[in-house]
Amino acid sequence: MTDSSTPAGFVRQGWRWSGRLLTGVISLALTLLGLLAFTFTLSHLAPIDPTLQVAGDHASEATYAQVRRDLGLDQSVPVQFARYLDHLAHGDMGISRITAQPVASDLMRTFPATVELATCAILLGGSLGILLALLAVWKPGSWLDNVARMVSLLGYSVPIFWLSLLGLLLFYAVLHWAGGPGRLDDLYMYTMTPRTGFVLIDTWLSGDRDMFYNAISHLWLPVTVLAMLSMAGITRLLRASMLGEMNKEYVILARSKGAGRARVLLCHVFPNVLGTLITVLSLSYASLLEGAVLTETVFAWPGVGRYLTTALFAADTPAILGATLLIGTCFVLLNALADALTYLLDPRTR
Amino acid sequence: MTQQMIPEQPAQVEVETNVWKPARRITTLSVGLVLVAILVLTALLAPLLAPFDPNIQHIELRLLPPSHQHWLGTDGFGRDLLSRVIYGARPTLLLVSLILVLTIPVGLLIGISAGYIGGWFERILMRLTDIVMSLPSLVMALALVAILGPGLMNGALALAFTSWPPFARQARAETLALRRSDYLAAARMQGIGGLRLMFGHILPLCLPSAVVRAALSLGGIILASAGLGFLGMGIQPPTAEWGSMVAEGSKVIFDQWWVAAAPGGAILFASLAFNLLGDGLRDKMDPRHGN
Amino acid sequence: MATDSLNTDKLVAKDLTIYLPGERPLELVKSLSLCVGQERVALVGESGSGKSLTARALMGLLPHPCQLRASQLTLGDHDLTTLKEREWNKLRGNRVSMVMQDPKHALNPTQKIGKQVEEPLRLHTRLGRKERQEKVADMLNAVGLPNPAFLQQQYPHQLSGGMGQRVMLAIALINDPQWLIADEPTSALDFDMREQVLGLIERLVEQRNMGLILISHDLQQVAHYCERVLVMYKGELLDELPADQLAHATHPYTHTLWSCRPSKFTHGERLPVLDRALLASLKTGAES
Repeated sequence: MTDSSTPAGFVRQGWRWSGRLLTGVISLALTLLGLLAFTFTLSHLAPIDPTLQVAGDHASEATYAQVRRDLGLDQSVPVQFARYLDHLAHGDMGISRITAQPVASDLMRTFPATVELATCAILLGGSLGILLALLAVWKPGSWLDNVARMVSLLGYSVPIFWLSLLGLLLFYAVLHWAGGPGRLDDLYMYTMTPRTGFVLIDTWLSGDRDMFYNAISHLWLPVTVLAMLSMAGITRLLRASMLGEMNKEYVILARSKGAGRARVLLCHVFPNVLGTLITVLSLSYASLLEGAVLTETVFAWPGVGRYLTTALFAADTPAILGATLLIGTCFVLLNALADALTYLLDPRTR
Repeated sequence: MTQQMIPEQPAQVEVETNVWKPARRITTLSVGLVLVAILVLTALLAPLLAPFDPNIQHIELRLLPPSHQHWLGTDGFGRDLLSRVIYGARPTLLLVSLILVLTIPVGLLIGISAGYIGGWFERILMRLTDIVMSLPSLVMALALVAILGPGLMNGALALAFTSWPPFARQARAETLALRRSDYLAAARMQGIGGLRLMFGHILPLCLPSAVVRAALSLGGIILASAGLGFLGMGIQPPTAEWGSMVAEGSKVIFDQWWVAAAPGGAILFASLAFNLLGDGLRDKMDPRHGN
Repeated sequence: MATDSLNTDKLVAKDLTIYLPGERPLELVKSLSLCVGQERVALVGESGSGKSLTARALMGLLPHPCQLRASQLTLGDHDLTTLKEREWNKLRGNRVSMVMQDPKHALNPTQKIGKQVEEPLRLHTRLGRKERQEKVADMLNAVGLPNPAFLQQQYPHQLSGGMGQRVMLAIALINDPQWLIADEPTSALDFDMREQVLGLIERLVEQRNMGLILISHDLQQVAHYCERVLVMYKGELLDELPADQLAHATHPYTHTLWSCRPSKFTHGERLPVLDRALLASLKTGAES
C-alpha cells in the first residue's frame, strides 16, 4: 500500500513533494518580498531628505537635481524598488551614519554575537521547557502541573528588559556571580583573536582557560534571561499539545496494554507532539532573536539587537533598516523552516 | 424479564478507576478579571490614589529609598515613584485601547470580507495576512516608530500594524464556517445579502472570539509597548510611562534599584492580569482547551 | 458452555454503577450485574446505553469525571475495586485486553506496527528480542495477515480498516489473556470485512480458551457469534438470554430490536417501532 514501493508510486510521491516544495518556496519568496517592501517604504518615509544628506544644505539647484538623479529618486517607485533590490543583491545596505561603515559589514560583525546568545538560550530554554511540560502532564492538576503553569505564565508576562536589569543587579552587582556588560572583560577583549565571531569557540581555541571562563561568566546571565522567555512559551504550548493528545484513542489502547504513565507519556504521546515541538522551537528561536534586541541593550552585548537600538537612538536610518531586514529575514526563514519540518516529520505524509 | 440477578449483600465500595485527572478548575478568569479591574481603576482614579503629583520635581529629594513618606522612594528628579507608577497606568491603558480600536476593526473587516467574498480576493488578503504575520512585530514596530517619530499615536499605529493578522485569520475561519450555516441561509432567503449580511449577521457572531483573542494578545502588546517606551520610542518624558521609567531607572540600577524595579513590576502586573484574563476567557469559551 | 476448560476464572460485576459525581450525581450505568467465564457474551444496546462505559470500567479505564462503585467487581480472584494503578497495569494487556472500534484512531500513528504489536510482550514478559519478534510474526499470521515481516515496518495509516483491526486483535491476544473485551470491533469496517473479523475473533477465542465480551449494536451479529446476550438500555440491564433464544425473546425491547432488523422477509413492510412509553411503564411497574 505504500506509495514509494512501486516505481510509479515513487514518481508520484516525488511529484507531490516537489509540488509542495515549490509552493513553499513561492510562499517564502512572497513573504520576503513583503518584508523588503516594508523596509523600502520606510526608507522613503524617512523625514530627512536623502538628497540633502548627500548634497548638503547649501547645494545649488543644479547640484541638487544632479544628486537626485544619481540617487535615482526621480524615477518611479517600482523602478526605485528594483534599484533597492539590486543594491541588496550586491550586499549594499547603505552606510551607517554612526560607524561610517557599510551597514552590511556592521551586521556581519555583530550577527554572530546574537546567534551565539540565541542558540545557547534556545538550548537551555528548550530543555527546561520540555522538562517542565512533561512534569506538568505527568499528573494533570497536581501541584507540579500548577507550578509549571505558574512559572510559564510568569515567564510569559515578565518584561524582558526588566528581568535583565534585575538579573544584572543581583548576579553581577550583588553576588558577583556574573561578569558585567559586554562579552568579555576589557582585559581579554583586546587580547583575543576573533576567528569565528563566537566568543565561546574563540576563547576555547585561544587556549587560555581563564579567558574561556571569563567568556562564560559574561554569557550565562543574558542566556539565562532569554532562556526564561523561551521556556515559558515552550512549556505553555507543549503542555497544551500533550494534554490534547492524551484524550485520544491510541492513548487508551496503550493503557489497555498495561503501559504505565511514564511509558505512555514518553513513548506514545511525546513522539506524536514532535511536530508541534519542532515548530514551537523554531518559533521560539525566532522570538529570541527579537527578545535579544532588548536584552543586548541592557547587557551591552555587541549583537544585532544592540546595533539596532543604538541606531534608533541616533536616528541612523540605513542601520535601522538594515538590522530590521536582517532580523526580519531570519524570522521569516525560521517560520518557513518550522512549516517545512512539520510537514516532513509527519509519517502520514511519507 | 429473564434477568439473572445474583443475590448478594450489597456492600457499596467507592472506587476511582481513573488515573489522569485533569486539573481542578482554577478560576483564572476571576483572578484575571480582578487584576484587570484593579488596573483599570488605578488608571481612572489616579488623581485620588496618588499621594503626590507625579510631575513635580524636588531635586533635593532625588533618589530616596522607599520610606514612610514615599512608599516606593523617589526617582532621579525627586518625583514620588508610587505616584508615577499609579499615573503610569494611564498611558499604558490608553495605548492599549488605541491599539485595540485600530486592530480589531481592521482585522475583522479583512477577515470577514475575505471569508465572505472568497476567490482571488480572499487569496490575496490571506496571503497579505500571512506575510504580515511572519514578520517580527517588535522589530517592525521599532522601525516604524523610528521613522515616523516617537509618540503615543505612532507607537499605537506601529503596534497595531503587526497585531491585526490573528484577528483577520480567526474572523475568516469563522466566516467560512458560518457561510454554510442554516442561520445565514435563512437570512439570505429573506433577501438580506452583501454588506448588510456581513455586518449585521456575521460580524456579531465573530465578536466573542475576537474579544477572547484580544484579551489573549493584550499581555504581549503591553510588553511590546513597554519595550518601545524603554527604548524611548513611546510616550515621551516627562509623562510617567512605565517603560521609559525603567529606562531612567536603569541608569542608577546598581545603587537605587527601586527606581527601575517598581515600574517594571507594574508592567509585569498588567501583563499578567491580561494574560490571566485571556486564558480564563478562552477556557470559558472552549472547555476543551481548559487545563 | 465449556465445563472442563482450563479456565474457570470469572469476571464478575455486581451492582456496578458508573456515575458522574457532583451535587446531583448522574448515573450513566445503573446497577449492572454480569458474570463472564470462558464464554462469549455480548453486550448490546443503542448508543448511549452505557455499554462502552461498562467495557472501560472493566479495564479500569473510565474517562476522567466518571467514577464507579460496585458491591463486587472481581477478575478471577483480583478485587478490581481496590487495585492501584501499578496492579492494573499488570492485568491490562496480560489477563484482560481490549480491541477498540477504529484502528485509524486507536493505533499510534507515529509507531510502526511491529513495535505496537510487540509492546505487550515488552511490558509483561521477559522474552528476548528475537523471541519477541518470532511471537509477533506468529501472532500476525494467526490473525490472517500476510507477509508479517513487511507489515511490521508499516505505519497505521498505510493499512486498510480490516488489516488495522486484525493488528489490534494481534495486540490484544499476543499475551494470551483470559478475556477479550471487543468494543464494537466491526463498526468501522465494510460489511464483508465484518464477517471475516468476527469469525476470526470467534475462532481465536475458542482456540485459546478465552472469555469474550463483545459490545455491539448489531443484534444479528451477536446472535451468530455469541452464546449469551445482555441487553442494555439507558444504562440499565434490561434483559439477559441465551443467543439462540433471541428470536423468541419475551422482553418487549429485545423483541423489538430483534424484529426490526431489515431483511428480505420484511421487504415492503413497515418495520416495528419501539414503544418507549410502554417500556417506561414496564420499568416503573417493575420498580414498584
